[in-house]
Amino acid sequence: MTSIANTRLQVMWNRLLAIVEEQGQALIRAAFSPIVRECGDISAGIFDFQGRMLAQAVTGTPGHINTMAEAVKTLRSRFDLQDMRPGDIYLTNDPWIASGHLNDFLLMMPVFHHDQIIGFTACTSHLVDLGGQGMGPEGTDIYDEGLLIPPCKLVSGGEIEPLLMDIIKANSREPVANEGDIYALVACCETGSERLIGMIEEFRLQDLCDLSEYIIETSRRGTLEAIAAVPNGVFSSTLQVDGSERPIELCAKLEVSNKGISIDFDGSSRCSGKGINVPLNYATAYSVFALRCIVGPDIPNNAGSLEPFKVVAPEGCILNAQPPAPVAMRHTIGQMTPDLVYGCLSQALPDLVPAEGASCMYDLPLRNTAEAILSGGTQFALELVYNGGTGARPKADGLSATAFPSGVWGSQVEMTEAVAPVLITKRELRQDSGGAGTYRGGLGQRIEMVSATNEDLLLFLSVDRIDNAARGRQGGKSGATGRIRIGRDGPDLPGKGTVRIPACETLIFETPGGGGFGDPADRSRDAVRRDLSHDLISDCHAAGYNGKSRA
Amino acid sequence: MNPQHKLRLAVDIGGTFTDIVLVDTAGRALATNKTPTTPENPTIGALAGVDQALADANAEFDDVTGFIHGTTLATNALIERRGARVVSVTTKGFRDILEIAYERRYSQYDINLSKPDLIVSRDRCLTIGGRLNAKGEELIPLDVENVESLAAQIDACGAEAVAICLLHSYANPAHEQELAKQLADLRPDLVISISSDISPEAREFERLCTTVANAYVQPLMSQYLDDFAVQFKARGLSCPILMMTAGGGMTTLDTATRHPIRLVESGPAGGAILAAHIAAASGEDQVLSFDMGGTTAKLCLIDGFQPQTARNFEISRAARFIKGSGMPVRIPVLEMIEIGAGGGSIATLDRLGRLQVGPRSAGSEPGPAAFGKGGTEPTVTDADVVLGLIDPKRFAEGRLEIDKAAADQAISNQLGSITGDSSVSAAFGISEIVDESMASAGRMHAVESGKDLRARTMIAFGGNGPLHATRVARRAGVKRILIPRDPGVGSAVGFLVAPVSFEIVRSRYARLDDLDLAGLNAFFGEMLEQATTVVHTGAPKQRLTRRLSAFMRYHGQGHEIEISLPDRALTVADKPELKALFEEEYSRQFSRIVPGMQIEIMNWAVTVATLRSEVESTQEVSDQGSASPDHQREVVCDLTGEQVVADVYIRETLRPGMVVAGPALIIEPQTTTLVSTDFTARSNIAGTLILTQNEAPT
Repeated sequence: MTSIANTRLQVMWNRLLAIVEEQGQALIRAAFSPIVRECGDISAGIFDFQGRMLAQAVTGTPGHINTMAEAVKTLRSRFDLQDMRPGDIYLTNDPWIASGHLNDFLLMMPVFHHDQIIGFTACTSHLVDLGGQGMGPEGTDIYDEGLLIPPCKLVSGGEIEPLLMDIIKANSREPVANEGDIYALVACCETGSERLIGMIEEFRLQDLCDLSEYIIETSRRGTLEAIAAVPNGVFSSTLQVDGSERPIELCAKLEVSNKGISIDFDGSSRCSGKGINVPLNYATAYSVFALRCIVGPDIPNNAGSLEPFKVVAPEGCILNAQPPAPVAMRHTIGQMTPDLVYGCLSQALPDLVPAEGASCMYDLPLRNTAEAILSGGTQFALELVYNGGTGARPKADGLSATAFPSGVWGSQVEMTEAVAPVLITKRELRQDSGGAGTYRGGLGQRIEMVSATNEDLLLFLSVDRIDNAARGRQGGKSGATGRIRIGRDGPDLPGKGTVRIPACETLIFETPGGGGFGDPADRSRDAVRRDLSHDLISDCHAAGYNGKSRA
Repeated sequence: MNPQHKLRLAVDIGGTFTDIVLVDTAGRALATNKTPTTPENPTIGALAGVDQALADANAEFDDVTGFIHGTTLATNALIERRGARVVSVTTKGFRDILEIAYERRYSQYDINLSKPDLIVSRDRCLTIGGRLNAKGEELIPLDVENVESLAAQIDACGAEAVAICLLHSYANPAHEQELAKQLADLRPDLVISISSDISPEAREFERLCTTVANAYVQPLMSQYLDDFAVQFKARGLSCPILMMTAGGGMTTLDTATRHPIRLVESGPAGGAILAAHIAAASGEDQVLSFDMGGTTAKLCLIDGFQPQTARNFEISRAARFIKGSGMPVRIPVLEMIEIGAGGGSIATLDRLGRLQVGPRSAGSEPGPAAFGKGGTEPTVTDADVVLGLIDPKRFAEGRLEIDKAAADQAISNQLGSITGDSSVSAAFGISEIVDESMASAGRMHAVESGKDLRARTMIAFGGNGPLHATRVARRAGVKRILIPRDPGVGSAVGFLVAPVSFEIVRSRYARLDDLDLAGLNAFFGEMLEQATTVVHTGAPKQRLTRRLSAFMRYHGQGHEIEISLPDRALTVADKPELKALFEEEYSRQFSRIVPGMQIEIMNWAVTVATLRSEVESTQEVSDQGSASPDHQREVVCDLTGEQVVADVYIRETLRPGMVVAGPALIIEPQTTTLVSTDFTARSNIAGTLILTQNEAPT
């Protein structure tokens, strides 16, 4: 191959990466779901004729990594390519195909050039409401959780199937927003398709075959080279998390060889009766994301770079939940899997892997009570998110009040108070909540909130790390656990369940801190002094650093 | 003073050079010059440059009736962290607005990232009791008892400036104003910025950041502006000095002293204003301005001769060019996308063997390898030299000798694995990669703005803009390019066509259905009065235009779109019209509307400005036949990668209407315009080069 042909392939690869980013931006801009616009909870990708992923947008949350690569293969295999026509778009929100819960809709569109399918564009977005019990852990099976749409054709030759749209709207508390989100997804597929055809014409290609081989081979090779830098071996780890009815044990065995990295979740607890179970596609997404943060983070996601990573788990364990298990809040446990696989990887790469962090996002969904409406109160629904601290890094402190592994944004006080009848009376870092270490864990934060009216509020909790702290690594100490209560002297509440906050009483919501890294005695005197002068640690906590103090 | 002389003077102080442009009433340039910036005291360099320009034009200070100044001093103070020691004062219980920020990592896969330094460390984050709600109603009175102890805490921090940002002050500034007054009484030397004055918009994090940044540069800028005015007055300048802002307008020294944060990035804004002026002169309604220099390229969308504006800007990014890695400030700015792609951008191979260009730059020292100043890493300019697009003897008017062998060698040494048997293919690759990344950034910016690039005309300037224009345009789907005269000194010329203006954006949450019209009209009246006062001080007696707008969205969406409002008191009858305007713009951007969805409004804005200066429109001239080339050169065709012979023309010899068919190079002192094989160029009456893409062969 001449080198000019080679740079052309590179330019086209860059173009594909730009197209998926454009698709992603277009989707986020038009979205109605708060989780989409605040967190970029979407995905957009381009696939070759065989359904192999060539490019994927780098969006806000890692929940779609791998998931989309596999999902499109599955969706494509359900239909006969002969029956596909230009302008057709296929759809499903089956959690075991798409992205782990009903809210995530996956669309796939065949792209035609000279009457031949040359590839596919696809996108995923989180819709606001699919009926059932809504987004919460209370459903006892998938049927409780809302409408499941098996793989089907949503758009035929550019025309939306009206019955399907009616069904989706009729089964939602937010029909208008859902319709808007579906149109945004359709537009996203169409934009991607149009841009892809534009590229094919500009570069005078017949198909994507050469480009596809180039992208996948280059990425596979680069990923295998990165994996070769990790010592071979088998590494096991366990992580206890709060769960719902009882604590859950997550187990992982990570095997590194020259052929790739595989993870087996064998030994993990069985499913819960609540909707915190995780389909394997979602557990895979977060596990592989965590590994790729350390092994080849600069290589774009595609079929080649993802291929060397394999994740398996016995059917029916909480990380490979099977239908009809409830899965609405699969992220509560799913987002803990990075800490689990880091427990393994740190044995292979002790100087590169951070300590455990708060990890699961601390969302705080608030609603009005039913009787508040009857008595003329305000109807509202708020999806607030607050994060804890991340684990200390091998060469730096953890980040305070910062999302990892998810990429959610926190909620600003003034915006919250402008749209809902709540008053936030405090939002500050939690002193002493970061685990001590040579490098300190990131701090959690403390939120205090009251009803701004004389109405009670309802809070739907699904958070973890109330009972199980983020552990330190290499001698680092654990971070503080999360703590939720009503009133300063109120009892500590469990992390899952519905809570009624009486008017005039204060909800105190404290997010967990990250674990420390390395022996606290080795922390520099300057760092301890700075933490003291910044009030990040108390004198008492500072004593834990081998007697270092303000002096 | 000679009454014939009503001269206007622009002084643009950049990091390296200070540009001076002196024009007469008709806007004709009488003198231009570039002098080295004097960083210790930038006024010295400015005085030297202005003296020279006046001497060149045989004029005196007394002849100058308009003086516009732009400076990078505020920007540099922020980047180099040379500002004042600032404390922040926020509402009790909210000490950590800066520490907590967005709770987000700006780079998904980088677990080792550092968050941006937001100037005020936690030990200098103070609080005070008192609380308003979102409507601006007082829930808890300001804790006046504790102002004295707050002043003592401020002293203990050794602070020179204070940034006050209390919750919901955008809705009611009373607490902030009271606190500022009491602190000023107690400590008259403190410089105080209050958020309800600097950025009265909801969202406490951005408002506090903006206030902190303002407080940070205020002592420095106030001293500098004072001194600048005194020095020029001492020389005999009798007219007021107007300052160029990031929003592309001019403002008075007094306003600039109170809102110095609005002075950041005024240089690039000048470039966009110039492009808008050229657009107006040429009747180009939809434009992409493309300003490519040595380190970065800046793109701006210009519709209806008006550069796109934004309310957000990020300063000193921790990771250059990564969105979210800097400190957000909310000021009116001309919205520009900046990418690390310039002549000095360095090409490397990544671990997959892929060619990457930028954002690292060889800068001016050592610069590209071809400059022969010790640079060994291959750059975009080196690639252009190897491709034959830069004439080694004529670069920078021959002041800088181009070493083609050094360019060849840098490319072969560093990119050996892809060069094959010559450096040409790698140079071609560098060009393809960098041009693609600029085009991609432009497409992405257009998508984010709900716009399309393909129908646009590109206006290209900057040292490397004309050289890369066709290559970027083709990839962006743009078919028509204008290259203005003197494309190398765009910003200062732009200053001279900027209006005096002031913009205020203010939050006031409302739903379209239950709009409080009386309250809203009073609210607008107040903002208009405030903005008009500011503009009238800078432009007494001039006729003004006013623009009112609302930032609207469907309830539940995160993205607002700006809708222009009629300039009069709104009545109930206007509500359906507002809805229709919103739906029209929404469907333009998103191809549909969402029936039945509530519409809400978060922010309201007014801009008061002087009328745009008259634009002489320039018609294109009829075909005057082919121009005759000065000589010919072998170049590498950017379409095929093959060697071809290009005609070389000297720009100043091209007469209006003369046709230049690609492949060709048009040379002038500061830059070279590449007319690619698939383009044809001709010059219009104003001397602007117009490049059009030939119809594709079928």
